[in-house]
Amino acid sequence: MSAAPFLTVRDLAKHYVSRGTKLNILEGISFDIAKGEVVGLVGESGSGKTTIGRSVLRLVEPSSGSVEFDGTELTTLSAAQMRRTRPRMQYIFQDPFASLSPRMTIGEILTEGLKIQGIGTRKERMDRARNALVQVDLPAEAVNRYAHEFSGGQRQRIGIARALTLAPEFIVADEPVSALDVSIQAQVINLLRDLQQRLGLTMLFISHDLAVVEYICDRVIVLYLGRIMEIASSADLYARPQHPYTRALLSAIPSPDPDAPRNRQILKGDIPSPANPPSGCVFRTRCPVALEACAHTIPELREVSPGQFKACIRDDLN
Amino acid sequence: MDERVDPILDIRGLRTIFRTRGGEITAVDGIDLSVAAGETVALVGESGSGKSVTSLSVMGLLTRNVGAIAAGSIHFKSKDGAIRDLVTLDEKQMRRIRGDDIGMVFQEPMSSLNPVFTVGDQIAEPIRIHRDADRKSAMNSAVGLLDQVGIPDAKRRAGQYPHELSGGMRQRATIAMALACDPTLLIADEPTTALDVTIQAQILDLLIKLQRERGMGMLFVTHNLGVVAEIAHRVAVMYAGRIVEEGPVGEVFRNPRHPYTLGLLASMPRLGEATRMKQAGQKLAAIPGIVPSLADMPDGCAFSPRCSYAIDACRAAVPALAAVNAMHRSRCIRWQEVGR
Repeated sequence: MSAAPFLTVRDLAKHYVSRGTKLNILEGISFDIAKGEVVGLVGESGSGKTTIGRSVLRLVEPSSGSVEFDGTELTTLSAAQMRRTRPRMQYIFQDPFASLSPRMTIGEILTEGLKIQGIGTRKERMDRARNALVQVDLPAEAVNRYAHEFSGGQRQRIGIARALTLAPEFIVADEPVSALDVSIQAQVINLLRDLQQRLGLTMLFISHDLAVVEYICDRVIVLYLGRIMEIASSADLYARPQHPYTRALLSAIPSPDPDAPRNRQILKGDIPSPANPPSGCVFRTRCPVALEACAHTIPELREVSPGQFKACIRDDLN
Repeated sequence: MDERVDPILDIRGLRTIFRTRGGEITAVDGIDLSVAAGETVALVGESGSGKSVTSLSVMGLLTRNVGAIAAGSIHFKSKDGAIRDLVTLDEKQMRRIRGDDIGMVFQEPMSSLNPVFTVGDQIAEPIRIHRDADRKSAMNSAVGLLDQVGIPDAKRRAGQYPHELSGGMRQRATIAMALACDPTLLIADEPTTALDVTIQAQILDLLIKLQRERGMGMLFVTHNLGVVAEIAHRVAVMYAGRIVEEGPVGEVFRNPRHPYTLGLLASMPRLGEATRMKQAGQKLAAIPGIVPSLADMPDGCAFSPRCSYAIDACRAAVPALAAVNAMHRSRCIRWQEVGR
């Protein structure tokens, strides 16, 4: 977090009211992303990772907090101002089947954003679409075809190409490889990394798969029930996880290595409901090292070693 | 083919077809697979590999008039010791076996649970049907089962409806239902795929424990190689409707002898290794190309269009399963050259 951050999120919160019950989906989310950096958001269902990704682009409106992108506060922009900012910030969706219209040609899908932004002539837009397809290793002629003619991996490439046509500087990639088969996943991961490096993209990468995140991200934010548990560089997080939740999460991942030590630490119980989150530390009800004090105060996210932050009062572990 | 004694499930030459508007397609093409008592065998593969169709064929749950077993036998040893070929049984006879001798757990617990009955009623149902138990003793057994699968406060939970339980609890409830009649074989089809990783760890742990305690055979269908290493004794890797490699999990994962298995293992980013790979500028070893369509299969070895080892002979004929050793087989004519 040295140079001026490209994206700054401060105290982001999102609450919903559902049948009279208040749901705390996000609470006190603060982080920075530097230009050209890839930051991972990891967590299980209900951790709020997708809500953060969408709030940053204002695809959902945050309840409070600020999101500053390249010096501009986004949360107070008018719809028209936001629309002018949108080309710089794009979203890649998880499901390559649901996110591409079956009635539009690939060319129409890829040029829609440009058209809305009033960029270029029809021909220029199509050229950009063809160019974007080539960047994701698909034939330029694909502009004349329909989504159903492509496999899952190819569709995800089209989703990536759609994000690229507007030449964005910042991309939120929401579980971009989760719906893909293992043999295809690696192709798309390699492609995303290539593009990120070649185009100098800044990226917020959302995933439940910690191994994929380790491979693609410079830094990682670990979420649980709408709050940040730990932030660290990938190198530190995987070698020296500090938060008990991060440790449990890493140990829960089944390893295909038959010689890997099987000393899994199994968390008991379920993820609590956001309608009724535990007092104090939200993780304490499943935490193997929780103390009485954990129920009384919300632990602050603090720097425990250079660049590594955790929200846990236990410093006596290790 | 398998010399191990006493398989409870013995599939030979299974061929399952689907009738589509475009004609007949072969989803499973000549599978041999056996499961012994006390053994967990994982069927692993990607979408369209035929792993789920294989398990549905065993359970007799292929969609009628669409899917059908075209060839082969599925010998199954039930609790009374009788060995029968499930392919020859009618629906009524199959119904007697399913839920009694064979328990089933699926990916989506809500697809096996009825939203309008309590969890306890649903677990008690197979006990009443197959065991002829009265309502009260069946319900007592149901509560006992909920307790065994690690649901706290089992008595109260038995009176609740599925929507009142979390995803992990629902999957525990369907496991309780599957075990209600002490099956000799449990078929688990992607039972942890819809669950979060910390809940997946709980369910895998539970299945391993129950399988050991009960000495059941387990056929575990999954796409996740990590889960296979965690739970199974033996693994059969499927690709495009055929088993391409088979053997003890440790042996196959340490010493894969089929290029597809090798490719799958190499394409997974591994925890703790990815940072080093990234720093060294290494890419993930992706398998090029896409999984072939069952309606348009390549000649010879179905993996040959994506395989870096492929030669003309691979496209000439479907390779036979070659014995790497007594327990380990690979459907590759160049298996001796394949390896890390």
